[in-house]
Amino acid sequence: MLDINKIRKEFPMLDNKTMQDHPLVYFDNAATSLKPSCVIEAMNDYYYNFNSNVHRGDYDLAAKADKTYESTREIVAKFINCSNNEVVFTSGTTQSLNLVAFGYALNNLKENDEIILNEAEHASNILPWYEIANKLKLKIVFAPLNSLGEVDISSLEKLINEKTKIISIAYVSNVLGSTNDIKTITKIAHNHNIVVVVDAAQAVPHKKVDVKDLDCDFLAFSGHKLCGPTGIGVLYGKYDLLCKTSSMQLGGGMNAKFDSCQNMLLKKPPYKFEGGTPAIAEVIGLAQAINYLNNIGMDDIESYEKELKHYAINKLKELDNIEIYNENNDSGIIAFNIKNVFCQDAGSYFNSQGIAVRSGHHCAKLLPNFLNVIGTVRASLYFYNTKEEIDRFVEVCKHGGDFLDAFFK
Amino acid sequence: MLSLNDPMIKRSIIMDHYENPRNKGLVDDPRYLKVNMNSESCIDDIDIQILIENNIIKDFRFDGVGCTISTASTSILSELVIGCSVEEAYQIIKEYDNMIKEEPFNSDLLQEAVVFKDVSKQANRIKCAMIGFNGLLELLDSLKG
Ligand SMILES: Cc1ncc(COP(=O)(O)O)c(C=O)c1O
Repeated sequence: MLDINKIRKEFPMLDNKTMQDHPLVYFDNAATSLKPSCVIEAMNDYYYNFNSNVHRGDYDLAAKADKTYESTREIVAKFINCSNNEVVFTSGTTQSLNLVAFGYALNNLKENDEIILNEAEHASNILPWYEIANKLKLKIVFAPLNSLGEVDISSLEKLINEKTKIISIAYVSNVLGSTNDIKTITKIAHNHNIVVVVDAAQAVPHKKVDVKDLDCDFLAFSGHKLCGPTGIGVLYGKYDLLCKTSSMQLGGGMNAKFDSCQNMLLKKPPYKFEGGTPAIAEVIGLAQAINYLNNIGMDDIESYEKELKHYAINKLKELDNIEIYNENNDSGIIAFNIKNVFCQDAGSYFNSQGIAVRSGHHCAKLLPNFLNVIGTVRASLYFYNTKEEIDRFVEVCKHGGDFLDAFFK
Repeated sequence: MLSLNDPMIKRSIIMDHYENPRNKGLVDDPRYLKVNMNSESCIDDIDIQILIENNIIKDFRFDGVGCTISTASTSILSELVIGCSVEEAYQIIKEYDNMIKEEPFNSDLLQEAVVFKDVSKQANRIKCAMIGFNGLLELLDSLKG
């Protein structure tokens, strides 16, 4: 059981903040999470007390920075169950997925190969592949979704042929909160030597993710969605695949040696991907965030969010002016519209009532084809949200028809 | 001039233009200039066409998806500028821009468009309220070559 009152005290953003003169209800956690003080303080501690660069100083401060930085790799590795040298620090999910596309796919795929995506994917798991497809003259294939918005396994199987080289797929969709059966997909894919890339941006913050158990080949996530800082993320890759991936970031810190005849010897993964001075404070903040989540317990987080989600759905279903698009899944994402109110008008209306939600297509611009709506409102919950906040949200939903109030207060 | 103080009237004007947008629907006529506008803060995606003859805006058409604010403001704009000279249209755009920025403006020139005076209360909708005006500005500027 989570001690929500204690948890909420640990977040400065949950300390009596207001928005448009109402108490703030933060339901945009799928965009970015709030940060507990311990994360902010760990970053400050670096700047206040041991500011120095990593991987290069001969003095004590640098050694401490280096040790703290590298220990994060171990914390991440334990968190997702892989080896330390399979953890690459990036700026976030977007950079991680771009690294797989431009570092791995561009060098290992060839003309007429096929990549399988689906319409629920975030732009960051579509556009890099479009670019690679243009460069290499590859084919992009979209796997059909079932009624819950999950990739339909038997349809996916039918799309696979000897040209299929990569399946890139979200673990949990950022719009529908639907969860894909990654374990089954990797099993099928590996029978055909297909590499499976998992966008876990919406999964790692909310449940235990074990890359060995999933047996995925690459997995990407962002620090800022799991109580960590912005500007830091992770790419996990199986070590042999990381060896086949080229670096997009050449410079200091990632080479072993080079000479004037254009010879260069790069370090081994993961260091060869981390050219330049890294986001040191952010890496340190990420370690704190993961420790923080571990202390609460990922399983408890998952089950509490599930409870919140079902509480919210049941309340919303009592209203007849709300259309819900994903009532049948357990993640803390609620995709809905207020009937006869354009999603973005609803977004402004919620803002005017102090409630932070997201409206529009949430970077998944192909999904409206599936939902048959132009856009949705998304309320996304995290473990520090409460049933009381949901009650307020539902109360505001009731009066959604008065959305122009937002402009005439 | 329209009363700036009666929210009910302002609301009904906005809703009327949202539900029955004027000059909506594009025409297939090569004499029209066309621009596509979309904003980063909204999923608005609106095409605008204008027909200019002898320095006069003879027609203004628009179509696409937009929130209430973008649809209603573009509809109101269309009625405001049809029949105006290019210079008058520039002036209307400027006055409107001043209004949105909460600076002094000439409300007589803006007529019904004054209903958007308070749009800045919702920061994310400012671009929506500007989308038609910015589109028209782009088209007029393109005439200068
Ligand atoms: C499913 C999914 N993939 C990728 C991203 C991109 O993450 P970031 O912006 O942190 O790179 C997001 C975040 O919006 C997401 O929800």
